[in-house]
Amino acid sequence: MTGYIARRLLFVVLVLVAVSMLVFGITALLPANVAYLILGPFAPPEQVRALELKLGLTDPIWQQYARWAGGFLSGNLGESTLMNRPIGPLLMEAVGRSMMLTGASFVLIAVIGVGLGIAAALRHGRPLDHGISVGTYLGIAVPEFFWAIIVIIVFAAWLGWLPASGYEPLSAGFTVWAKHLIAPTMTLVFGHLAHVSRLTRSGMIEVLQSPYVIAARAKGLPERVVVMHHALRNALLPTITVLALDFGRLMGGIVVVETIFAYPGLGRLIVFSIQNRDLPTLQAAILVVAAVYALASLLADLLYARLNPKIRFGRNVG
Amino acid sequence: MPVSIPKSGSVAMSVDQTTDAPVIEAPPRRSMSLQLKMGLVITGSIVLLGLLAPWISPHPWDTISMRTRFVPPNATYWFGTDEYGRDVLSRLLMGTRLSLTMGVSATLVSLAVGVPMGLAAGYFRGWIDEALMRLADVLMAVPPIMLGLLVLAVTPPALWKTALAVGFVYIPPIARLARSVTLTLANEEFIQAAKARAESNSYILFREILPNAWPPLIVEASLRVTYAILLGSALSFLGLGAQPPSSDWGLMISEARSFIDRAPWIALAPGFAMCLLVIGINLLGDGARERLDPRLKSRMGKR
Repeated sequence: MTGYIARRLLFVVLVLVAVSMLVFGITALLPANVAYLILGPFAPPEQVRALELKLGLTDPIWQQYARWAGGFLSGNLGESTLMNRPIGPLLMEAVGRSMMLTGASFVLIAVIGVGLGIAAALRHGRPLDHGISVGTYLGIAVPEFFWAIIVIIVFAAWLGWLPASGYEPLSAGFTVWAKHLIAPTMTLVFGHLAHVSRLTRSGMIEVLQSPYVIAARAKGLPERVVVMHHALRNALLPTITVLALDFGRLMGGIVVVETIFAYPGLGRLIVFSIQNRDLPTLQAAILVVAAVYALASLLADLLYARLNPKIRFGRNVG
Repeated sequence: MPVSIPKSGSVAMSVDQTTDAPVIEAPPRRSMSLQLKMGLVITGSIVLLGLLAPWISPHPWDTISMRTRFVPPNATYWFGTDEYGRDVLSRLLMGTRLSLTMGVSATLVSLAVGVPMGLAAGYFRGWIDEALMRLADVLMAVPPIMLGLLVLAVTPPALWKTALAVGFVYIPPIARLARSVTLTLANEEFIQAAKARAESNSYILFREILPNAWPPLIVEASLRVTYAILLGSALSFLGLGAQPPSSDWGLMISEARSFIDRAPWIALAPGFAMCLLVIGINLLGDGARERLDPRLKSRMGKR
């Protein structure tokens, strides 16, 4: 198991290094002069020249990368070209707010998704099962930004229960804070339920037909115990992997959702830095997202290995 | 009549092939599943509407008319009008073309790069396989939308660039599928035979393996079109795709955001249109997948 973890960790580090090169490479190699992007197309050449020197754009690309990556490792993320503020604190603030959003969504996706999956499996082939699959199918088919629009139309414009956008810190009061979180969270949850509920359903259906469940039933155990204690543990194995991956997917979802709801998190920071050609901020933010994404899939693998005795003991022997 | 030699090559089986029951029985002709039929109808009608858009649009899609701003849906303007008094239905119809073009062309880009990648990785194995697949891993280590944003961040937005970026983002899944199909095919006897004939690698890859790898790839590609449409419209929505006054659906929804409380129909029409298109293509792809290769379903169902 230790060797396995070490290998996977090494792989994550390698992937992150590669992603950092990718992020840096794409922004540096694309046929666009960064200085012109920042200053606009009509900037006087000497001004462009000065900015190029200031940003070190005249150095060879590997030197630029080394400087950037070195700064990253020592905790110096550079300065936002737009806001003239160090990127570190800026990013931390945004990540914190995004974590509230994704954390809440994640918990809800897990609880509701697994619940729906179990319910569908127990009513396999009945109307409830079909209803749940059609409902979750819609969740995938509908683009996130359209869900957001529907949530706004229904809950903000029509019912008037929730604010249409914005963010309030916890210090402004719990209710105010929570109210601003509900709409974006709902949007994220709708869009991600289907994977979890479908996998739970198929896992549960498979497990419920296995001999040991039949044995448990034959012993006369109450159905609740059979389902919750005996079947669920094994049925959830694939679901747990997908849940961890979903956490990574949520990192993609926040871009659109935060933009629509004007929620000042990581996703909005990324869009904002693109709109304002703030490349240092963009690079750092995307690297953070990639790190979370990679860690989520690492976690998925490790959890799977931990929970599945076949892999756990198989690795130990080898 | 050419007698097909059974794969197992047993002699006993090829005896009496004309009189006895055939060894390899033709699969019974199945009627199209409801799923496939519905998918065909929905997708087909949307494609048709898109093709005919310039002729069937009831009003010009881009003519600004300040006197007809924010007209709710009625007999003249079925889906109402937008903030510039343009007919939403006509814009929607013209937008159909953009969404379809975006989805199809992006997927073609993924296929054009991903399929050769997967073929090479699965056929040559070894370091080529390692290198290509690790490259795919790296591309998959960034959420698709982020990768798209990254590519589009440093260049002025245009719809073709968005399509290119979306195609680039979805190379890895295509490459992986092409690789796994190639892996299974590479062990088949007809490939061994081609190798024994000393055919060139490119002949084996493109004349022997590729034609047999198409069915699962085509099905996967058709499903990928929906991902491409969704991602493309999300990028347009964020302002990194089609530019005004274009009537791209994502852009239409984005522009309609400010008027949601007074004119929700401007946003709802393209939103529902997109859902319908995505559902249609999904039904079509799933139906085709089951029909072409029932075995594939269990393998690919988990995502």
